[in-house]
Amino acid sequence: MRLKLPNIDKSQFLNEVGDISRFTARFFREVTKPKQEYHEFINQCYWIGYKTLTLVGVTAFIMGLVLTIQSRPTLVEFGAESYLPSMVSVSLIREIAPVITALICAGKIGSGMGAELGSMRVTEQIDAMEVSGTNPFKYLVVTRVMAATLMVPVLSSLANAVSLYGGYLGVNIRGQVSWHLYWFQVFGVLEFSDMLPSLIKTFFFGFAIGIIGTYKGYNSTKGTEGVGRSATTAVIVASLLVFVIDLIAVQITDILGLT
Amino acid sequence: MEADLKPIIEVKNINKSFGENHVLRDFSMDVIPGENLVILGKSGSGKSVLIKCIINLLQPDSGEIVVLDQIIHGLDQDELDKLRSKVGFLFQSNALYDSMTVRENLEFPLRIHWTKEERATGAESAVNEALEDVGLLHTVNMMPSELSGGMRKRIALARALILKPSVILYDEPTTGLDPITAREISELMVEVQKKYHATSVIISHDMKCIRITSNRVIMLIDGKCYADDTYDNLCLSKDPKIREFFD
Repeated sequence: MRLKLPNIDKSQFLNEVGDISRFTARFFREVTKPKQEYHEFINQCYWIGYKTLTLVGVTAFIMGLVLTIQSRPTLVEFGAESYLPSMVSVSLIREIAPVITALICAGKIGSGMGAELGSMRVTEQIDAMEVSGTNPFKYLVVTRVMAATLMVPVLSSLANAVSLYGGYLGVNIRGQVSWHLYWFQVFGVLEFSDMLPSLIKTFFFGFAIGIIGTYKGYNSTKGTEGVGRSATTAVIVASLLVFVIDLIAVQITDILGLT
Repeated sequence: MEADLKPIIEVKNINKSFGENHVLRDFSMDVIPGENLVILGKSGSGKSVLIKCIINLLQPDSGEIVVLDQIIHGLDQDELDKLRSKVGFLFQSNALYDSMTVRENLEFPLRIHWTKEERATGAESAVNEALEDVGLLHTVNMMPSELSGGMRKRIALARALILKPSVILYDEPTTGLDPITAREISELMVEVQKKYHATSVIISHDMKCIRITSNRVIMLIDGKCYADDTYDNLCLSKDPKIREFFD
């Protein structure tokens, strides 16, 4: 029996890609024009950054703890238990913490933007903004995309730190490694080439989450059903993009010899 | 005497389609300064499309719209924003910003059209005056979600009035309101028109609202101007298409 791939409407897909590209191009045009909405930008940084802090922190802590606990038996088998802090820290900093943070943000921030802007669209609030002389794209889209681009790396850095702390507790559940030795081993193995690409890609994660969330919400149609669809598709597309960007980032770092 | 006045809004032969759906067909109308013009038509007849074309939220496929002596689609963004400051718009859904208080909702248009100094000295009194006009000064610090449907409509009207516009566009102002509130809103629209000497274009199919507010009624049927007369004269018409609205 042959498996059939799901039927994807290619022209619709290409139209969507074209629309997102135009939306992104408009973002770059608007962001360079004067009269920035600084107040709304700060407000969005607060909502995206501060209001996601606890969720990211708790998740990162559990992530570090679980990874350490699950990695131990394998390392013990090969007599390499002492490498546990080094292995966990490289895994967390280079890949797991940034990607998981981005996925959490895609879920929380992406869906929030999709739903908020979508409901503003269907209740004519965006039209009202335009009528009042405010550029709604600049006020709603540029501020949110900028805030997401800036805040996801901040949240990811926090997740790095908290997950490493989770790793420390994980190491000490079955073994005994002092605080100083743990961090000595962690920073002994981590290099600049581990940290920088990891940090850079989180800016792209944040940008992608912001663009997709605002695009889906800003172009929402079909009433309340459309708002729900905007929120859902924002999460799906943003999550998918996080993985695609991660894949590209890994390839680039590999080509540059930073692995 | 009114016929001698230069129209404040001129709509010339506009067409607007959405795919196969031809909503406005070669539609033309003039709005005289100071009048309350009602556009009457069935749901889906293109009334809201017309009013959105006037404020350039939608662009007609062909034809020309002149508002306050300016051709709408020939304006750049700054000119359009300046023109929009002279045109108030009351949305059917009120379109109050959910995340802002009543005060912030009313102050929102001022942030673009007033300087920082003007806002610092005059914003509070402008907000209070607009809220007093609609009788809801006590709601200044409330959120839209705390207000009833009629109160939201009044606040939306106050926001439309805050810049003291020359023209006010109303998109179905009494839809979704109970008869008593609908009557209050209709009377308020007349009061506002008298106080601000504004010209009003009202989209409606609420006959009571039309009777209270209109100086002239244009009937929009199949995307065209079917009739243009006063409410009283249309009321006496024996044309079956017109009678549908009055019977």
